Amino acid sequence: MSWHALASPARFMRYSTRIRPWAVAACLACTGAGLALGLFASPPDYQQGETVRIMYIHVPAAWMALFCYTAMAASSAGFLVWKQPLAEMAARATAPIGACFTAVALVTGSLWGQPMWGTWWVWDARLTSVLVLFFLYLGYIALAEAFDDPVKGGKAASILALVGFVNVPIVKFSVDWWNTLHQPASVARLDGPSIDSSMLTPLLLMALGFTFYYVALVITRIQALVLERRVRALQQAAAGM
Amino acid sequence: MSGIADYLAMGGYARFVWPAYGVAAIVLVVLWVLSHRRHRSLEASVRALEPEWRREAP
Repeated sequence: MSWHALASPARFMRYSTRIRPWAVAACLACTGAGLALGLFASPPDYQQGETVRIMYIHVPAAWMALFCYTAMAASSAGFLVWKQPLAEMAARATAPIGACFTAVALVTGSLWGQPMWGTWWVWDARLTSVLVLFFLYLGYIALAEAFDDPVKGGKAASILALVGFVNVPIVKFSVDWWNTLHQPASVARLDGPSIDSSMLTPLLLMALGFTFYYVALVITRIQALVLERRVRALQQAAAGM
Repeated sequence: MSGIADYLAMGGYARFVWPAYGVAAIVLVVLWVLSHRRHRSLEASVRALEPEWRREAP
């Protein structure tokens, strides 16, 4: 069986419907445990006090913002190279989820910045590049929806997703390349995380919870796109008769 | 009782910590609900056009 047939919408519907409940369960378990540890068991920070609890939302949301964009760009590349419609649907289904995670990262970052830095916003490299990431998501969504023919919209939006991917390493390394109020990486470091396990555990649990949220929701949204094209095909067939 | 009030006060940072959790919960729940509502209505449309359709069809 060819790779294309393996990734057929019918097979996707069948397998994804089976996987989805497990992703929902894993999301609830990880987020529940993460919230319990993050809000109750973990200590306040010796410098930041209780505001450190914003980290358990802000950091996983920011990771997901980059993860979703990377997934969107990879799917778009898959669509442009192999003309695989399911890859385009995966990118299209991912964009609003990534935009929401980016919005959450921006708002929670602002709510953390005010008490700790004394400002809601600063136009430095990290914050500005994440704002650009948010607008790239919005641009992708607008472009994908701008054409009557979903294949044309998908192609134009895929190119935007690939070009915009250059922003992802800029977001990641902005804290090392430029002076910024934002602190550098404290988990994904070559010499290991520089954060105590009482805070690292809830942080990673929340990140896992958000990842499973993405898996469950992207399945629902890809299925909706498959159904939408089915409705369109059936309506066209009915009109042609 | 003051234990709970102390906890909710978040060391004086309640107006930053709780809105951060609230915004995240609202955004993620609204996106979830809208996505599932859309999925349900499209599934109903397919069934109306093609009564023999099943989600887990081979």
